[in-house]
Order: sequence, then C-alpha cells, then structure tokens
Amino acid sequence: MINPHLSMNWQRVTIYICLSFFLIFFLAPLYVMLVTSFKSLEEIRESSLMLLPSEWIFDGWMKAWDHACVGLSCNGVKPHFMATFSITIPALLLAVFLGAINGYALTQWKFKGSDLLLAGLMMGCFMPFQLYLIPIAVTLREMGIFGTALGLILLHTVYGVPLTTLLFRNYYVSLPKELIKAALIDGAGFFRIFFQVVLPLSPSIVMVSVILIFTGIYNDFIFALTFGEVGKQPVMAALNNIVNSTYGVKEHNVNMAATLLTALPTLLIYLVAGKFFIRGLTSGAIKG
Amino acid sequence: MWNRSYLLTSQLVLLPTLIIVVYFLWGFTIYTGFLSFTDSKFLPNHNWVGLKQYYLLWSNARWLTAYGNLFIFGGLYLLICVLLGGLLAVLMDQEVLFENLFRTVYLYPMSLSLVVTGLSWQWLLNPTLGLQKILNDFGFHGFALDWIVSSQYSIYAVVLAAVWHGSGLIMILFLAGLRAVDEDIWKSINVEGVPAWKAYLWIILPQLRPILLAAILLLTFNVVRSFDLVVAMTSGGPGFSSDVPAKYIYDYFFSRSNIARGAAAAVCTVLTVLFIISPYLYFELRKRND
Repeated sequence: MINPHLSMNWQRVTIYICLSFFLIFFLAPLYVMLVTSFKSLEEIRESSLMLLPSEWIFDGWMKAWDHACVGLSCNGVKPHFMATFSITIPALLLAVFLGAINGYALTQWKFKGSDLLLAGLMMGCFMPFQLYLIPIAVTLREMGIFGTALGLILLHTVYGVPLTTLLFRNYYVSLPKELIKAALIDGAGFFRIFFQVVLPLSPSIVMVSVILIFTGIYNDFIFALTFGEVGKQPVMAALNNIVNSTYGVKEHNVNMAATLLTALPTLLIYLVAGKFFIRGLTSGAIKG
Repeated sequence: MWNRSYLLTSQLVLLPTLIIVVYFLWGFTIYTGFLSFTDSKFLPNHNWVGLKQYYLLWSNARWLTAYGNLFIFGGLYLLICVLLGGLLAVLMDQEVLFENLFRTVYLYPMSLSLVVTGLSWQWLLNPTLGLQKILNDFGFHGFALDWIVSSQYSIYAVVLAAVWHGSGLIMILFLAGLRAVDEDIWKSINVEGVPAWKAYLWIILPQLRPILLAAILLLTFNVVRSFDLVVAMTSGGPGFSSDVPAKYIYDYFFSRSNIARGAAAAVCTVLTVLFIISPYLYFELRKRND
C-alpha cells in the first residue's frame, strides 16, 4: 500500500523483524523434525534439538519407510501409502466428477426443489463427522464393507461431494447463458453440453477441487482410524499409531522421519500448486 | 418439449446427491439424535429412555472438562488466529520484499494434517526434549514450558498448535481483503495525514467484516473437528485435562461402548455451536442484505 508514513526506516525494520520472527515460529517444527530425523538416538538424547546432526544418518528414514511397527505389523509406512492412494484416487475422481456434473445441473438446469437440495447439502457439510460415525458404522456393516478400502472410498466420495458441488456451483453460476443456448441450437444433449462445452471451460476449478479433495482425503484421520482396514490403515492413522504407541523406547528419529514422509505428498502439492490450493481454501469462504 | 427431457436428466444426475443429502447427511444426523434418547451401549438399540443420557452426561466430570475446553480452546483459537492473521496481513501489505517467501511459509501448515501438526508440537513442547530443554541448555535454567504435561495448561498447548496450523489461512483471507480496498480510500487517508495504524484500525479493517465472518466460520468448523489434533498431541491427557467434546464423543462411541451417551454429547456440542454462531451469522447476513 502506498503510504508515505511507512518510508521511515525504523518502521521498515520493525516490520521485517516481526515478519522474520513469525517465519521462525512457522518453520521451527519442520526444522526440528528434519534435523532430528537424521540423528542417531544417542545424539538426540545428548545434543540440542536445534543443532544440525554431527553425522547425517538415514537409519530413521529407512526404518520409518519399511519396518517401523504399526500395531503388530512392522512394515513401516510403505504399505499404508499404497493403501492411502488406492482409496484417495478413486474417491477423488468420483467426488470431483459428481461435483462438476452436480454444479452444472444445479446452475444450468434448475428444477423445482434444486435450490432446496443445494441448501440441504450446504447445511450438511458444516456438521462435525462425529454425528455420522455410528450410522456410518451401521451402514457399512449392512453393506458388508466395514473395515475395507471400498468402505473408505464410499465415505470419502459421499462426504467430498458437498464440497465439490459447492465449488463447481459457485463457478458455473456465472457461466454465460448464451453458451448453453448456442449448444442447444446445435442440438447438443445434456451430457454433450457438459463434456464438450462446460467442462473444457473449467480446468482451474477442476484443479482447485482436485487439490482440495486430495489434501482432505489424504490428511483424513477420523475415518481412517475408525473404518480403515486392519494392517492397511491409511497413513495418518498408521502414523499416529507408530508415534503414539506406548511400547518400547521412543525412537524419535524414526518417528519424525515417518511424520515427514507422510507429510511430504501434500507439502509438495502445496509448494508446486500453492496458487490453486489457496484459491480452494479461500474461494468457498469469500463467496459463502 | 426438449426442455423437459433436459430437466429430467438433471434430476437423474442429482439423484445420488439427493441420496447423500437425505440419507448420509440429514438421515444420519437425525438417527444420531434419536440414539441419544435410547440406552444403546455397544450396538445401537431403540429402547427409549427419554433424557436419561443427558442427565448422566451433565453429571459426568469428564464431560464438564471437555465441554469447558471447547470454550477455552475455541475462544482462544479464534481470537489468536484472527489477531495474528490480521497482524500478519497488515504487515504483509506494506510492500515487503520477499512477500512470496513469507506467504508460502506462513501458509504451509495448512497443507499438513492435524495429526502431523499435533505430533510435531508434541515434540517441541516436550519438556525433556523440546523448547524447554533447548533454552535450559542455553543457560536459561529457570525457563519452564511444561504445558503439555501439566493438567492445568495442556489445553493451551493444543491451542498453540492449532494457531500454528490455522493463522496462515486467516492471514491470506485478510490479505486478499486488504488488496481489494479501494485506492481512493488510501489516497484520502494519505491526504488527511492519518497515521497508518489508525487508518488500519478504524478505517480499513472495519471494511473487512464479511471476511471476518468467513474466517470465523472456517475456524469454528475446525474447533468442532479438533479431534485429530488432540488425539495426536495429548490423547486428551494428562488425565482428561485436554479432552474436547470431539474426543469424548469418539471414546464413548468406540472404546467405552456407550453409544447413547456419545450421541447425547454430540447433540449438545452441535447445539452449542449453533446457538453461539447463528445469532452472529443472522446479524451479519441481515446487515449485508440491507
């Protein structure tokens, strides 16, 4: 902002001191985990958490990857990564596809009751998941998919659709009407308009939803913990199990390496596609 | 008429969503509400017992702690996130160098899960491992930061981690708002010679009320969902000192085999949040529509 008062030097210095202080505050946990994960257990006990390792050791990372114990199975986080991705990807595709076509239907082909449906969807997505847990357990049992990957795919799709629908609806609501009219005159059907006219106009919102939903499902803990397959829980449940297990010596290097490993995918997405990530987080908020 | 077949298709396309809304969202909510009036233990049953679970809930010391923590945690988390986020946004708005670097760093915790956040702060706040030890080693022997193992302060440790995770989001929301402030307003502020801090406090920030509303809604949503953070960081301990309703509900559902009590706790939590948030929401939205 253009403000002559701020050209005074000491004010600039104060601003940078404040900003740097918070820079340290935000980076500290990441730094501590990173350096500790490369230390030996002895060094962790004896030296300061802030110091760089005297010798960089990869044992913690190796063990975290394929033989740290989650409950009784000691295969590290590796199998849980596979399990997480095999749940995240189908659920992500389903939730985003349904959200997109819902958004299109709700804005371009309004019928009696479509606004009510939207309102019901909106209210529902502000409720805490705790309200749903018991009925979910009952439903999954009835369907015979309790504690399976399929069950988690279903859950993440069902509870992802409200968010994706809102995102796409907010985006499609400002779609020019002439566009649809022109396609209609050409004789395009409901689905052809969607796939050939509407969808090609929405790469950015697709990107935003994919990133937001991916992060949400990948970082999910409560469903993973409750409905995950024993031995193949998604990563966040496995991570909590590795770190907070009460057995044996606390291997801080392994634990921190495991934490960083599981944090890596979403962190990378944030660093590479931060723009979309931020848009996703803020767009719903500002419009809602 | 072609229009009708399109509308019919539209309805068919929305059928799965209708099922989600009616069954998975509202049906489940109502069913959980119903269960709170039964004596369901390990499995849901339909024996109506009236308000018994609510009497038991409100005479349970652990619930009272968890419920109190909802206010301590929620209040402080909202307050600090908004103040810190607002401060950071104003600082970032001063044409600083390396703005991208600062922004990227302030916001990266949002991409991490609450489990990761909870675990990393569990280590930093561990008295024999983290910040306390570091400062003691530096020669500050009297320095004590043992919130996480103290039954009096453990909930504040959770607040700290939650603020670390959430304030970047508030910063980015406010910053977007500040960037949208009309140039003319700044021009007239400069012409009048109003000091910058006064201008922000009395002229600019009050314009960001809609953003504040959005921020508060987002944060409230996180407060109710604080389960992950508490489990990863303190497991509700020491004792039940950092317990929150989300964890209480979960424990009664799945490890204490007392579904009805958990359901009663869930109903009370949701009603509390609605009771606090809806007057504010009503007031703000009415103001906006005027």
